[in-house]
Amino acid sequence: MPKSVKVKRGLSLNLNGETEKILVDAPKSKIYTIKPPNFHSIVPKMVVKEGAKLKAGDELFYSKYSDKTRFVSPVSGTLKEIVRGAKRRVLELRIEADSTIDYRDFGVMDPLSASPEEVKNRVFSSGLGTFIQQRPYDILANAEDTPKSIFVSTHNTAPLGASFEFILKSKMDHFQTGLNVLSRLTEGKVYVGVDAESASALKSVENAEVVNVSGPHPAGLVGTLVHEMEPMNQGERVWTVRPEDIAIIGELFSTGKFNAERTIAVAGNAADERKYFKTLIGAEVKTLLSGQNPEACRLISGDVLTGAKVEEEGYIDYYANELTIIPEGNHYRMFGWLPFKDNNIHSMSKTSLSWLFPNRKYDVDTNLNGEERALVVTGEMEEVMPLDIYPMQLIKACMAGDIEKMESLGIYEVAPEDFALIDYTNTSKIEAQDIIRQGLDLMITEVG
Amino acid sequence: MSFIRKKLDEIKEPFEPGNKLEKYRPAINALDTFLFVPNHTTQKGAHIRDAVDLKRTMITVVLALVPALLFGIWNTGYQHFSQLGQEVGIMEAFMHGALKVVPMIVVSYAVGLGIEFIYAIKRGHEVNEGYLVTGLLIPMIMPVDIPLWMVALSVIFAVLIGKEAFGGTGMNILNPALTARAFAFFAYPTYMSGNEVWVSEAGAVDGISGETILGKLAAGTEVPFESIHMFTGVIPGSIAETSTLCVLAGALILMLTKVADWRIIVSGFIGAAAMGLLLNALPSMGVDGNDLTNFAWYNHLIVGGFAFGVVFMATDPVSAAQTMKGKWIYGLLIGLLAILIRTLNPAYPEGIMLSILLMNVFAPTIDHYVVEGNVKKRKKRLQTKTVKTA
Repeated sequence: MPKSVKVKRGLSLNLNGETEKILVDAPKSKIYTIKPPNFHSIVPKMVVKEGAKLKAGDELFYSKYSDKTRFVSPVSGTLKEIVRGAKRRVLELRIEADSTIDYRDFGVMDPLSASPEEVKNRVFSSGLGTFIQQRPYDILANAEDTPKSIFVSTHNTAPLGASFEFILKSKMDHFQTGLNVLSRLTEGKVYVGVDAESASALKSVENAEVVNVSGPHPAGLVGTLVHEMEPMNQGERVWTVRPEDIAIIGELFSTGKFNAERTIAVAGNAADERKYFKTLIGAEVKTLLSGQNPEACRLISGDVLTGAKVEEEGYIDYYANELTIIPEGNHYRMFGWLPFKDNNIHSMSKTSLSWLFPNRKYDVDTNLNGEERALVVTGEMEEVMPLDIYPMQLIKACMAGDIEKMESLGIYEVAPEDFALIDYTNTSKIEAQDIIRQGLDLMITEVG
Repeated sequence: MSFIRKKLDEIKEPFEPGNKLEKYRPAINALDTFLFVPNHTTQKGAHIRDAVDLKRTMITVVLALVPALLFGIWNTGYQHFSQLGQEVGIMEAFMHGALKVVPMIVVSYAVGLGIEFIYAIKRGHEVNEGYLVTGLLIPMIMPVDIPLWMVALSVIFAVLIGKEAFGGTGMNILNPALTARAFAFFAYPTYMSGNEVWVSEAGAVDGISGETILGKLAAGTEVPFESIHMFTGVIPGSIAETSTLCVLAGALILMLTKVADWRIIVSGFIGAAAMGLLLNALPSMGVDGNDLTNFAWYNHLIVGGFAFGVVFMATDPVSAAQTMKGKWIYGLLIGLLAILIRTLNPAYPEGIMLSILLMNVFAPTIDHYVVEGNVKKRKKRLQTKTVKTA
């Protein structure tokens, strides 16, 4: 009997602009870009110089503070440009791609027969370590650690979220090999959260504990799974890996190639062609637009709650499996603050009539629908927080930088994405994810 | 609409950053955002946002206050004429009341919002909407004949000492509207209690008795009203507190829209009913009690400012308890204490004001212990884990 997690508190947003389940090849990007800021708190030490010839899987840089975690090129080609920002911080590595990809051969390895050390070394030296996040702090995993357990969530409950079931359909062998790899990295279990409603092949994976997950968003966030299965204690480390990255890990072990293939779902009510596009990590955004002119639109690399803004001439983020396109909302609404007015905008609050139509799908834009105010309303954050945590108290502790309080209120158990719905629903328009991120960063510098 | 927008943008021009009137921006923004929800877009965090904002929340409270306010205005006129022994039409009573009440509202808003604007400019933040509610509540809980300058002074005290001294909206310990009333109550007791302040111009006429029901009970005189009067509110009292019916209409709006927490309202009434029942039972336990303790428990719920206080003041999210469990405890204690103060201390026939203010002070303590439960759970988990691995 598989374990199950039933989430009660949360909010599943019903938005227009879902991706059709059609898989097509995206046009080839000329340039692929790795953005070091995608790896939070990593300071890159460059290994290659501009003009270097690279194979897919060749090393680009490593972390200044942990040289075991290596970052590699997703494509073969020439390192054309290193874009730097203030204080010469590396912002982007732009790689001009060859017409056909030439892979570096890491050699085949059977994770189940190799020793755990060999498996771990292979993972971190071949660039696969970049796919493993650690909790607490929501940062890249440290190659020196052995995690208590490893968590994977294949149930994407985020609004307009890409379906992992669809993305992984043709990669189930690699996914299974990837899980075998993960099972060697921990002494505990590898938990795989799956949609309780679906009858997907993901439910019959081996060397992992399958957990049936149901309920509204954030049921599918990996943080919810961690909290329900093995809540974190101070001093513990768990790792989390995104499902499509597990397939990349598996493929490297079974073929020896670092195949940075990404299936990116284009979604959103302003997107013309809403399909799944097959491309590589760091591809140009415009190769996913099918010729659409995204003027007056917000391009989001990721989902509407946690993604990052990108430009038409920009590049998809390292971890993004989605490009969401919604209209910019820089317009005025006369007397829009009146209760029960503008019910076409979704609201969790009962001061709008939108709750009368639970099945309605909403068009969204980026309007803030108000202005930032002092924290006044209480009780609303708890409604979208399924973790056993007092969200407002924790946010206030983070704002005050009170480390002891943050610790006792459970800062080790959370990641910014767990607070994304609070960003969305809170009346005072405070930036909860940003505050939690700053709180976590403070913990890293003070506690480590 | 676009014409008004264009005009507004023209007016706002000198207030934009870099221009000379820049620091007065919060003031002009407050007026602008009253007409239009601004065109601000999300810059970080979630890219989409809920339609709710603080303005919408606060206006919902104002809407919920309207039934009680309208009734209060009419009742002001009705009480005035009926105590003179005159028959009076609805409109006439309403007009008399409006002439008394509207100036109080104007003074309260003008003075309070003035201070809010000054602080917003001084501190460089936008004007918070909380005062839209506070500014209406203050006149509604005052006796009708209180001089306007006293209203103004109470407002200044409440906003400056009760709110801004603590850091502004969201930081205050005490409910600002009740702070204003408490200030007036202790600073000008002759205008805030007794038997001549509750009916408009009562002092000018000999022989009429404008005492509130609780005042009469405390003094031991006979009460000429039935429960139905107390429920509908055709009785003397502070301007808008008398009608439990209208207060309940407001409570319904607040609870359905979830703007006020139903836990506080329900537990407040439970607490008061429990204390009322206990006091009613005193004679059967061999204690005589007084007229107030023997006053039927259900009448305690509908007389005086109890219902108004629990529905509109105790639920103020800033000064109330903030945790779910805390809200139950907080509401329950407000109910218990309000009736206890009301019955056992005849100097304060209205206990709800003091009981809410007292619980405002204790709300952070209640929350502390509720949150501490969560913290302890976490510590215990860590301990059992360390024991296991050791």
